[in-house]
Amino acid sequence: MDILVVLENNNGAIHRMSLEAIVAAQKLADEQNLSNAILAIGADSNALANAAAHYDTGEVLTAEHNLLSVYNSDGYAAALRQVIDQEKPSYVFFGHTYMVRDYVPKISAQLQRPFLCDVISLKTNDGLSFAKQAFNAKLAADLGVASEGTILVSFQSAAFNADLISSGSAEIREVAVELDEGMIKTTAEEPFQEEAGGVDLTAAEIIISVGRGIGKEENLPIAEALAQAIGGEISSSRPVVDSGWLPSFRQIGSSGQTVSPKLYFALGISGAIQHVVGMKGSKNIVAINKDAEAPIFELADYGVVGDLLEIVPKLTEAILAAKN
Amino acid sequence: MKLCVLVKQVPGSESALRIASGNTWVEDAAALFEMNESDNYALEEALQIKESLGNDSEVVVVSMGPERVQKVIREALSKGADRGIHINEIPEIKSDPFATAQVFANVIKVENFDLIFSGLQSDDVGSGQTGVILGEMLGMATATLVMATEVQEGSIKVKRELESGWFQWVSMSTPASITIQSGINQPRYPSLKGIMGAKKKEMKVVDLSTAVTIEKQQSFANIYLPIADKKTEMIEGNVDQMVSRLVDVLKTEIKVL
Repeated sequence: MDILVVLENNNGAIHRMSLEAIVAAQKLADEQNLSNAILAIGADSNALANAAAHYDTGEVLTAEHNLLSVYNSDGYAAALRQVIDQEKPSYVFFGHTYMVRDYVPKISAQLQRPFLCDVISLKTNDGLSFAKQAFNAKLAADLGVASEGTILVSFQSAAFNADLISSGSAEIREVAVELDEGMIKTTAEEPFQEEAGGVDLTAAEIIISVGRGIGKEENLPIAEALAQAIGGEISSSRPVVDSGWLPSFRQIGSSGQTVSPKLYFALGISGAIQHVVGMKGSKNIVAINKDAEAPIFELADYGVVGDLLEIVPKLTEAILAAKN
Repeated sequence: MKLCVLVKQVPGSESALRIASGNTWVEDAAALFEMNESDNYALEEALQIKESLGNDSEVVVVSMGPERVQKVIREALSKGADRGIHINEIPEIKSDPFATAQVFANVIKVENFDLIFSGLQSDDVGSGQTGVILGEMLGMATATLVMATEVQEGSIKVKRELESGWFQWVSMSTPASITIQSGINQPRYPSLKGIMGAKKKEMKVVDLSTAVTIEKQQSFANIYLPIADKKTEMIEGNVDQMVSRLVDVLKTEIKVL
């Protein structure tokens, strides 16, 4: 087997980022004439496997065990490691989800094989290579791999487009895994939501988002006035929430909401990966930042280098004037 | 309890980045270094646990890199860590989390730490793997993206962040290696007394470059400026000109006014 894609369960359905990983596998399999397969692991693996069997893939595998019914990193790592030992894939693909970050490094340690994580692209022009962002997305890096054998690869959100997934029909095969309680060092409780409610930012047409560059809590009204003038919702990057200036339900990014509004205003947001994955699907991005080299400008449709504390109030005034 | 904190010195968010010759890293001379953001939260968490336990608990700060990383170790000592270990840089593994963990494991296994804390990921390489791989190599339980801790003798319970505002409590026996999410606490600033006291604290320097076999797994083969897949219009001029062009864009191009 050349490529094995590992599915993640998102409330009984296949996680969007797993679909993106399948697209990556299909593309690579096509271009290099490789075989691929999809693996569903743990709870609901039969339901996930049935869904995956409708995609273009060599076969669909399931690995189930009662010790995998609630996610735990040791159990998942041990089970997947056993599948890798049996099936010997050259590449194992994942979405770069929080769960993957939690257990896949364990497999890397156990197998002594590289885990290339948060990959943004794969290149097939000169052999196969993977690239990731570095230095907080200000630079990119092609990754070198030291030796032969299985390579674990996780893809950043939206590195591949899940809409491009090819359909097909595949057989399902169960792979036996043997686990015992002694392997599992943690006890996990049921997941819970802390701050339900608030606003559904995914429905907003216009989002005014503030980052560290806002400076202090007292400056927030500047952004709020703009939001009010233009009819948008306020959101932020993580540091603003961490500072307690806005509630966590207003956070955009890997640990917050994922949005794709008509207009996304990034005020004093540098464009760290963790934020960008939550907003890069926006139709129009306008960025104001005093640092001309901020990575947000790579992503913006319109960029303004300058002091937002000076520019935004004047912009708000001008918008109000234009509306009258 | 013996607590270990892995801290990394990285170019800060405001730092200039100039790609060094060889295209595998950035120039040291151009960079403004500081403690990796989430490591600062990891340090604070360890210090708070030590303070809540009182008595004979100890916080040991470990950093790998060239001599300049002693600055972040001193910073941690001035905030209340008890001693530091500086592992001399092994340049060929700096973008390899597996090999980095291997070096840490070799240095700290004799310490028999109860808890190892690290930030969830570094701002330079950003793999977020070292803390987990290190824990695995030392036979410890691991947990990532931790937003709260409750420590008891012989065990720790952590609140893990999942996606989209979900959380989960996970318990485990020590020893354990925990990676800390930014925002878990309010990192302190060093006091003047702390800064003075830090000068007398122990800083051990370890050189391992020839002492252990390192199994290199991956590296930055080539770094470069990201290729923008979008055409960005940079709006220039004085503030009034920029505002006027922005209003024009909002009105006629994005059509939201």
